Amino acid sequence: MSNPDGRGSGPDLELDCRGRPCPLPIIELGRRHTDVDVGGTVAVVADDVAARVDVPAWCRMRGQVFLGEDAAPDGVPRYWVRRT
Amino acid sequence: MHLDAGAGAPLHPAAREVMTAAQERGFADPRALHGAGRDARLLLDNAREVVAECLGLRREEVFFTSPVDAVQRGMLGLAAARVRVGGHVVHSAVEHAHVRHAALWWAGSHGGETREVPVDLRGAVAEADVISHCAGAGVAVAAVQLANHEVGTVQPVGAFPLPDGVPMFVDASPALGHLDLPAEHWSAAAGHATAWGGPPGVGVMIVRRGARWTNPFPGDPAPTDAGGGLPDVPGALAAAAALRATLAEHDEVAARQRRLVDRIREAAAAVPDTDVVGDPRDRLPHLVTFSCLYVPGEALVRALDRHGFGVASGSACTASTLEPSHVLAAMGALTHGNVRVSLGRQVTEAQVERFCAVLPGVVQDLRAEIGL
Repeated sequence: MSNPDGRGSGPDLELDCRGRPCPLPIIELGRRHTDVDVGGTVAVVADDVAARVDVPAWCRMRGQVFLGEDAAPDGVPRYWVRRT
Repeated sequence: MHLDAGAGAPLHPAAREVMTAAQERGFADPRALHGAGRDARLLLDNAREVVAECLGLRREEVFFTSPVDAVQRGMLGLAAARVRVGGHVVHSAVEHAHVRHAALWWAGSHGGETREVPVDLRGAVAEADVISHCAGAGVAVAAVQLANHEVGTVQPVGAFPLPDGVPMFVDASPALGHLDLPAEHWSAAAGHATAWGGPPGVGVMIVRRGARWTNPFPGDPAPTDAGGGLPDVPGALAAAAALRATLAEHDEVAARQRRLVDRIREAAAAVPDTDVVGDPRDRLPHLVTFSCLYVPGEALVRALDRHGFGVASGSACTASTLEPSHVLAAMGALTHGNVRVSLGRQVTEAQVERFCAVLPGVVQDLRAEIGL
């Protein structure tokens, strides 16, 4: 099964934001997404419901590419972003 | 400075005197046959006449009730008249919770489902989407608001007929007093007096002549004031006086509010990483919403309050449900760091300038606290 980035492997960077309320997952994404190279992928694992809206909105505002959503092995939503 | 007029505003001065006088003369049951009852009836008829005239309606189309009842009963009365057609309820994804809850309740108890019409980034539905959601069998009623209560965007209500005889319900609760009702293509509507400076407990249910409408709740099948209970006569009269006064000053007030909201939109857009949401032009004149990246909405509301500005927020951390605003979510707008400003009729340019001056520093300080 392919991931939201179209490949089978994991993201280049995964941010564990389980249990952290909004806007902490987005703050983490804002801080850490430059840790990957341009073209690389960052995934935010977050159970906060606002992340489902705010990760794509962050991508739109910051000119990054939202790739989609899948789930971590424990079922927590995982949101994928490609750095531009 | 109160910048949350959408959630409540002081009574319009024109309504205050009327309210006091009406409380002395309009306390009785207007259906009673004695003198005090006749007095109350006269006042209630007068209030109905004024509201109908102000809104371009016939007086027999106007009913006074509570604001929530106006929405629930107005909308579900259209559905109740079509139980044989089906139990599906269509509504825009950005309707007020009163509409969404009523839709879920009706559909769930009538073998139907709710169908949400998506909105674009401005928060508006497309005519074609509303029509396609209504097409096919079993739709009892469609609800599309006149303008959105959180972001101000005006919907294309009244611009087109619905297919298969589906009746349109228009929630105009935040909009009446600011915007006109459309001339056609709707069957029932609801208004809330607080939007035009009337008492917060007064709602107006509008059922158009010729609309098929049956009381969805126990009691008389025809539309009545207060669902057949005792109407708030002083409240209705005060609401009517406030509406007349609001419309008389509307051109001047709306032009000022539009200018001041444009100013706030410009100032908010100049704050880095800020999403100013809603349609910039086709909107309620007095309302603006924006979201600041990386800032908790609750902290923003508290910080602005410390500077003397009372604002609302659609962020999850400010909501009793801890869910972000479904309006912002449906639009794809940033939900955290959200601020909703709604201007009362008396907010001045100097006050708005002070808000615009304070805002960038408040956001910057909150971001600095988290090292961004």
